Amino acid sequence: MTAVIRKELVSYFSSLLAYVVIALFLALSGFYFHSNLSFFLISGGLDLTRGLWQYQLLDMRQCMLTLLPLLTMRLFAEERRLGTLELMWTYPLRDLEIVLGKYFAALLVLLLMLGGTLVYPLLLGPAEASMPMGALLAGYLGLFLLGAAFLSCGILISALTDSQVLAAAVTYTVLVLFWALTWNQAAVGAPALWILNQISLFDRLYTFFRGGIDTRDVTFLLLFIAVFLAWTVQALGSRRWRGVK
Amino acid sequence: MIEVSHLRKTFGDFVAVDDVSFSVADGECVGFLGPNGAGKTTTMRVIAGIFPPTQGTVRVGGFDVRREPLSARRVLGYFPENAPFYPEMSVEGYLGFVARAKRIPSGDRPRRVEEAIAACALEEMRHRLVGKLSKGYRQRVGLAQALLGDPRVLVLDEPTSGLDPGQVTGIRELVKSLRGKRTIVFSSHILSEVSQVAQRVVIVNRGKLVAEDSPEGLSRRLAGALPLWLRADTAPEELAVAVGAVRGVQRAEVAEDRVRLVVDDESVVPEVSRAVTSRGWVILELSRETLSLEDIFLRLVGSGSGSVNR
Repeated sequence: MTAVIRKELVSYFSSLLAYVVIALFLALSGFYFHSNLSFFLISGGLDLTRGLWQYQLLDMRQCMLTLLPLLTMRLFAEERRLGTLELMWTYPLRDLEIVLGKYFAALLVLLLMLGGTLVYPLLLGPAEASMPMGALLAGYLGLFLLGAAFLSCGILISALTDSQVLAAAVTYTVLVLFWALTWNQAAVGAPALWILNQISLFDRLYTFFRGGIDTRDVTFLLLFIAVFLAWTVQALGSRRWRGVK
Repeated sequence: MIEVSHLRKTFGDFVAVDDVSFSVADGECVGFLGPNGAGKTTTMRVIAGIFPPTQGTVRVGGFDVRREPLSARRVLGYFPENAPFYPEMSVEGYLGFVARAKRIPSGDRPRRVEEAIAACALEEMRHRLVGKLSKGYRQRVGLAQALLGDPRVLVLDEPTSGLDPGQVTGIRELVKSLRGKRTIVFSSHILSEVSQVAQRVVIVNRGKLVAEDSPEGLSRRLAGALPLWLRADTAPEELAVAVGAVRGVQRAEVAEDRVRLVVDDESVVPEVSRAVTSRGWVILELSRETLSLEDIFLRLVGSGSGSVNR
């Protein structure tokens, strides 16, 4: 599996894709941080968690939604197009190792992306003695888990097509659908809304962003990731059986 | 070392390989011959573990490719047709990845990568990106990844296709040098190439095994009745009459400036030659007709009895 992780990291960084995605993410979230900080200073009140970080984390969530499908779109689609996946199948690697190797490489890029934004609390740190470290940690955990869920969804879709563009487009659609799932609250009945709330990826984030960690939310996100990764392994296996390139 | 038993592979309704059986002994080099679409690549992919057989069994190094896929793949190096590659990786970086993927212990890796680079004469290209290499060098990178780790079994799918003559010779020599040390199956659609390199030839057509024989046995069976072409410094009509009388020549027909002789076998050549020279003519050309692969299949299938010789 480390072989696949290393190879993917080389691909990410030698094709510039990772640099571009990380740079765009940091530029966007830096802009948001500037706006959110200005807003907080004018009218945010005293609570840093609710007045500043909550909004900043929500904005970073949107940035992730925009940029993470770009990280996963090529993972399998490109290998399928090049025919290199077949070659990989002749090495003593399990499908699970191939999927996890690619997934962990994408997770490492996500960690780098999020790691870059730690500079914001560090910037404020010396000035603000009441920095809510625990709450911030919870917020980042939520953000990371959500990103990990996006990546698991993206990797599955990439395994289903030869086209990177199609992989990215379908991933966006699915993720936006997960986001918009609970918007139409008035139009659905109470039982349906309950179900929608349960499977909504995005609504779970509010607890994290306000500094709380609910084990149910953590479990749901981990389960979401596990299901999509297992599905990816399954998709690869079925391609193999059908003998399609 | 490789046992293919009643292999059948279908893609939906399409039958790519139908009831093909053959085996390759330890250290043997077998040529896999067939026209495009004959089922060569499919058979080789099943051996390489890319997809499982629909029916039948394939064992590599004693391991069933379906039941013990990882063990089977550990003893195998595969060269796919049109060597796919990661354009953004360097030759050395790519081979390093393959060494890890093949689970070569970390202490051994640099040595193994060097061996593969040296075997395929890639020293000068090691830092180049694979995507920037010429077709010939890419093919060598593909071969290097197959050879990496010194697998006991090599499955090479058309290793010389698309190369210039010099490169073809290089690859052929490389395969020849591995004979005896490795069990090799390589495919080609060029009969002469297979005859030069392989100790045994397996021929498939339309998904079925058509013949299995040594190159010598095969050419004996095929050459027996191969027509001869004759040209001399006289009118072809005269020439046809003269050599048509030779015993063993069934028919002599004029074709432009040459005469085509349908003969019983090779043994008529001295007599034909004498018949020409005794009349004071000079032989300008005496050659055996070359068979296209299609002709070979027609012959092998058409000859009916004993065409499949196991």
